[in-house]
Amino acid sequence: MKNTVKVHGFHGGIHPPENKKQSTGAPISIAPLPSRVILPLQQHIGLPAEPVVSVGDKVLKGQLVAEAVGRISANIHASISGTVVAIEPHPVPHMSGMEAGCLIIESDGRDEWIEHQGLEDYTQLPKQELIEYIRRAGVAGMGGAGFPTDVKLHLGDDHIVNTLIINAAECEPYITADDMLMRERAEEVLGGIEIIAHLLKPLHIMVGIEDNKPQAIRALHAALDNSPLNLDIVITPTKYPSGGEKQLIKLLTGVEVPSGRIPADVGIVCQNIGTTTAIYRAVIHGEPLISRIVTVTGQAAGHKQNYEVRIGTRFADLLDHSEVRREQMHRLIVGGPMMGITVINEQIPVIKTTNCLIAGTIEEMPPQPPAQACIRCGMCEQVCPAELLPQQLHWFAKGKEFDKARHHNLFDCIECGACSYVCPSNIPLVQYYRFAKAEIRKEDEEQRKADHARIRFEARLERLEREKIEKEERRKQRAIEAAAAQAAKKDAALNIASSSAGNRPAAASVPDLKQLKSNAAIARTKLRKAEKALANAQEKGLDGIETLQATLQQLQVKSEQAEKAYADAQNAPALQQTPTAPVTDIKQLKSHAAIARTKLKKAEKQLAAAQETGDGDIDTLKAQVAELQAKSIAAEKAYSEAESGNSPVTTPGIDTTELEADIAALQSKVDKAENAWKAAVESGSPAADKMAAGVEKLKDKLKALQDELATARASASAAPATTVDSTALEADIMAMQSKVDKAENAWKAAVESGSPAADKMAAGVEKLKDKLKTLQDELAQINAGSTAKATSDSGTEAHVSIKELKQQVSIMRTKLKKAEKLQAELPEGEKDPALDAEIAELRARHDAAQALFDAAEAEKAAAAAQQGIDLKQLKIDAAMARAAVTKAERALSKAEQDHKQTLEEELLAARAEAEKLNSTLERFSE
Amino acid sequence: MSAVLIAVLVLLGLGLVFGILLGYSSIRFKVEGNPLVDQVDSLLPQTQCGQCGHPGCRPYAEAIVNNDEAINKCPPGGQGTIEALADLLDVEAIPLDAEHGEEQIKKVAYIREDECIGCTKCIQACPVDAILGAAKQMHTVIVSECTGCDLCVEPCPVDCIDMLPIETTLNSWQWPVPKSGVELIATDRNPGIALEADR
Ligand code: SF4
Ligand code: SF4
Ligand code: SF4
Ligand code: SF4
Repeated sequence: MKNTVKVHGFHGGIHPPENKKQSTGAPISIAPLPSRVILPLQQHIGLPAEPVVSVGDKVLKGQLVAEAVGRISANIHASISGTVVAIEPHPVPHMSGMEAGCLIIESDGRDEWIEHQGLEDYTQLPKQELIEYIRRAGVAGMGGAGFPTDVKLHLGDDHIVNTLIINAAECEPYITADDMLMRERAEEVLGGIEIIAHLLKPLHIMVGIEDNKPQAIRALHAALDNSPLNLDIVITPTKYPSGGEKQLIKLLTGVEVPSGRIPADVGIVCQNIGTTTAIYRAVIHGEPLISRIVTVTGQAAGHKQNYEVRIGTRFADLLDHSEVRREQMHRLIVGGPMMGITVINEQIPVIKTTNCLIAGTIEEMPPQPPAQACIRCGMCEQVCPAELLPQQLHWFAKGKEFDKARHHNLFDCIECGACSYVCPSNIPLVQYYRFAKAEIRKEDEEQRKADHARIRFEARLERLEREKIEKEERRKQRAIEAAAAQAAKKDAALNIASSSAGNRPAAASVPDLKQLKSNAAIARTKLRKAEKALANAQEKGLDGIETLQATLQQLQVKSEQAEKAYADAQNAPALQQTPTAPVTDIKQLKSHAAIARTKLKKAEKQLAAAQETGDGDIDTLKAQVAELQAKSIAAEKAYSEAESGNSPVTTPGIDTTELEADIAALQSKVDKAENAWKAAVESGSPAADKMAAGVEKLKDKLKALQDELATARASASAAPATTVDSTALEADIMAMQSKVDKAENAWKAAVESGSPAADKMAAGVEKLKDKLKTLQDELAQINAGSTAKATSDSGTEAHVSIKELKQQVSIMRTKLKKAEKLQAELPEGEKDPALDAEIAELRARHDAAQALFDAAEAEKAAAAAQQGIDLKQLKIDAAMARAAVTKAERALSKAEQDHKQTLEEELLAARAEAEKLNSTLERFSE
Repeated sequence: MSAVLIAVLVLLGLGLVFGILLGYSSIRFKVEGNPLVDQVDSLLPQTQCGQCGHPGCRPYAEAIVNNDEAINKCPPGGQGTIEALADLLDVEAIPLDAEHGEEQIKKVAYIREDECIGCTKCIQACPVDAILGAAKQMHTVIVSECTGCDLCVEPCPVDCIDMLPIETTLNSWQWPVPKSGVELIATDRNPGIALEADR
C-alpha cells in the first residue's frame, strides 16, 4: 500500500503511548438494550433542541422526540421504544459537570422501530432535499464538537469545494472506534462518502488515516475495489494530533488554513469517518442517528472492546456490561486522554459525540503533580501543532492580559494538550488557554451587549425627544384654539368656584379643578412678574410706579381669588368622594391594597432597622406602622368587599391614613425629582432624570430614617414640609457659605504670597465691588418681593415667605461678612471709603432683612396662637383635601397625568429656587 | 547666489503646497464630535444606571475626557472596564471605587407578573426600553434586552420587580481560572508504560 499522494508534515506534535491494541482484539459487539435512556437536548454545538413529545407519551425507536431550533442545531430521536417518563435537568457529559435539560425514556423492552424507509435512489433527489433528509435524521459530527452535519453539506452552496477530506486519523490514544468501524463496515463508510461526494461534488477525495491501522487500511482498499468512488487513501505517520482538522489538511494537501478562517474558505471540507456511516444509514436505510460505536477501555475494564451503543445509554450500564472493576477504577474519562474530560457521575449518558470511555486505574492515570514555575525550556513551543508560543500565552492568560493573548493568536490553539503533555513543570497550560478564551469571549459578548444597549438607549432618547416636540406642537395648537374661549371660561370658573362647591355636579368638578389649578398658577406667576417689574422700576426711579403698583394690587387680588377658588374646589371633591367615583373598580382597589401592603412592609422594615440601631423615634415609627397596618387592612377589606359584591364604602379611616401615606410619598417623590433635576442642570444632559436613583440611593438610604422621623414629627406638629424644607435650605446655605469662604481664602493666599498680579488683584477688587452692587440690586428686589409677599397672608403664603425671608437673611449675612472681610484684607491706607459705605449699607440691609424675618415669624406665631388649633386643623384639612383629590383622580384613572402635573409644578418651584441660589453662588465664587 | 535663491524658493513652494494640502484635508476629513469621548463611551457598559454619579454612561465618558474624572467609578463595568479605560487613556489602572457600589454578578429584572398592577412606571424608568406592557396590563421584561441597571425596581409601587442573577447554561458556562495541583486535564502523562509492555 503506497501513498499516491505526497504527505506533507505539520509543525510539532507528540507521540504519546497509543494504548490502542487493547480494544481492537474483539469485534464490535452490540451493547444490550438499556432499560432507560437519557437524551440530552443539547448534544451538539448550537442551540438545544426543543422537545416535541411530552411526559407520558409512548415513543417508538427512531421517533423524533426533539426538534432542532434554528440553523445550527440537530434533531434528536428516541433510541429505544418506550415511554417518556421525564423531561428534566440531568447530568450531561460537559466540562462544567452541570446538569442540562434531558428527555428520559423508559424502555418497554420491545425495541420497536418506527416505520422508516431509505431513499431508493438519492441521486434523483434535489440536493436541498437530500440535505434536509440528512438534517432530519439528526446527524451531527461524531468526532469532535458535534457540529450539525447538514451545515457542512451546505458549504457547497457558497464555496467552491475542490477537496473532500475524510478524517480517519483517530490520533488520540486509546480510542479505536473509527478503526473498528472501518475494519468491519468499510462498505457503509464508502457509501457515506459517496453521498457526501454527490452533494459537494469535490474534485478530489482523500481519506487520511494513520499508519497504525493497517487492517482498517486493507479493509478500505478492499471495499474500494467494488466502489465507483475515486478516492485516495492517504496513510500518514502516527503523530498526535494529526487528526486535528487543520493539521490533517496540512498533512494531506500542504495547505495551511489561515487563522480565523474555516477550511471551506480554501476549498476544503472535512468529515469524520463516523459521520459518513451515519449519513449512509440515514439515507439508505432511513435510520436516524440513534446509536454509535463507543470504545470501552482502560485497565479497570474487564472487556476492552468496541460496542455499538444506543445514544442515551448511561455510562453505568455500559461499564457494567464490560465488567469494569469499580474498585480499581480511579478515573472515568470520556473521550481520549488528551482532550477528553473526567467525569464523576456514572449516570451521565452516551451522546452523539461520545467515542470512548476510559476506566483508568491509578497507575494508568496518576494524579497530576502540582504545577511549578515555567523554566522557559521551550518544549511546549516545539510541540505546538498550531505553531503558537504556549509559554507566552500562558503568561498572558495568567496575568489576564487577554488582549495580548489574542494578538498572539490564542484562538488558533486547538486545545490539543500537546504543550501540557510535554511541559516539565506540569503547568496546566491548556486550562489557562481555555480560561483566557472564555474570558475573551465573555468580554466580546459584553461589548456586543453594551453596543446594543447604547443603540437602544439612543433610540429611546430620540423617541422621547420626538414625542416632546409633537406634544409641544399639539399644545400650541390647542392653545391657539382655546385662546378665544379662554377669557369666558375663566370668568365661569371663578363664578363656579365662589358658588358653593357642594352642590356642583360631580362630573364637572374634576376638569374644573384642573382648570382652576392652572389658573391659580398663572395668576401667581403674573403676580410675581409684576412684583419684579415694580421693584425694578422703583430702583431705577422710573415713572409709572403708581400704575404698576395698582396693577400689582389687582393681580394680588386675582391671585388670591384663584387660589381660594382652587382650594374650595379641592375641598369639594373630597366631600363628594363617594359619589364622584363609585369605587366599583375592583382592580383599582386591588392595586390600592397592594400599594398599602408594600408601604406597610417598607415601614416595618424601617421600624426593624430603627429598633436594631436603637436610635430614632421608635414610638413614632411604631405608630406609623400601626396606622399603615390599619390602612392595609382597610384597603384589603375594601377590596374583598368590592369583590364579594358589597357596595364599596370608602370609610373616613381609609381617607386619613391614605392621606398621610400619600403625603409621605409625595414628599419623597418631590425630593427625588429635585435631586434628579439638580443633576440634570449640572450636566445639562437629557438623561439626567434617570440618574437620580443611582446617585441618591446612598444618600437616601442613609437619610431614610431621618426623613421618616422628620416627616412623622412634622405631621405631629401639622407642618409637613417645614422641617424638611428649612433643613434643606440651611444645608444649601451652608454649602454656599463654605464655597464662598474657599474662594476668599484663595484670594487671601494670593495677596499674602505677594504675587505679582497686583493689577489683576485690583481688577478683582473692582469686580467684587461690581458684584456687591449687583447683590445690592438683588437685595432691593428681594426686599420688595418679600414685602409684597408679606402682605398676602394665606397660610401657605406666609410659610413660603418666612422661608424666603430666612434665606434672604442668610444671604445678606454672607454678603455682609464677605464685604467686611474684603475690606479687612485690603492693605492699610488703601481702605476704600466707598467699600466702607457699602458695608454700612449692607449691614443696614441685613438688619432690615433680619427684622423683617423676625417680624414675619412673630406674626406667624401670633396668628397661630390666635387661631389656636385652627391653623393646624386648616393645614390638615388642606392636605386631606389634596390627598382626596389625588385619590379621586386616581379613581378616575387619571392618576398618571395629574400626578405628573403636580410634580411638574413642584419641580418648577424647586427649579426657580435652585436657579436663584446657583446664580448667587456663581457670582460669588467666581 | 541663484542656487540659494532656488533652494529658498523650492522650500517656500513646498511649504505652501503642504500647507494648502493640510488645510484642505483638515476641512475635508474633519472628525465630527469628540472621538475620544466616543471611544471611552464605547468601553462603558451602557447600563445608564448613574451609579458613577453621572446621569448616564456618556456624561461619565465626557467627564473622564474633559474633567479628568477618575476612571474607577463604574461598578457594573468593574475591573475589566477600568483596565480597558486605563489602556485607552494610558493611565494607571486603579481598583474600583467602592463608594459607588461593588461589582456584582450580572442580573436581569423579572416582574412577578401576577402582582403587577400595570402602572407603567417601570417602562418610563427603563433606559433601554426592555419592558413590555401597557396601562392596566401586565408588564414583562425582555430578558435579552435588559442590562440589569436596577432603575425599574425603585419606581414600582407594589415592589414586584426582582433582580435575579442570570443563570448559566451549557452555552454560557465558561472555564474558571485553573488551580494548580488539582487534576486538571486527563492527560496521562506517565501513561501506561507498563501497559505498552504487555500488549
Ligand atoms: S494546546 Fe494549544 S498551545 Fe498547546 S500545543 Fe496544542 S495548540 Fe499548541
Ligand atoms: S514546556 Fe512548560 S516549562 Fe517549558 S517553556 Fe513551556 S510552559 Fe515553560
Ligand atoms: S428592565 Fe429594569 S433592570 Fe432591565 S434595563 Fe430596564 S430598567 Fe434596567
Ligand atoms: S412598576 Fe411594577 S406594578 Fe407598575 S407596571 Fe411595572 S411591574 Fe407593574
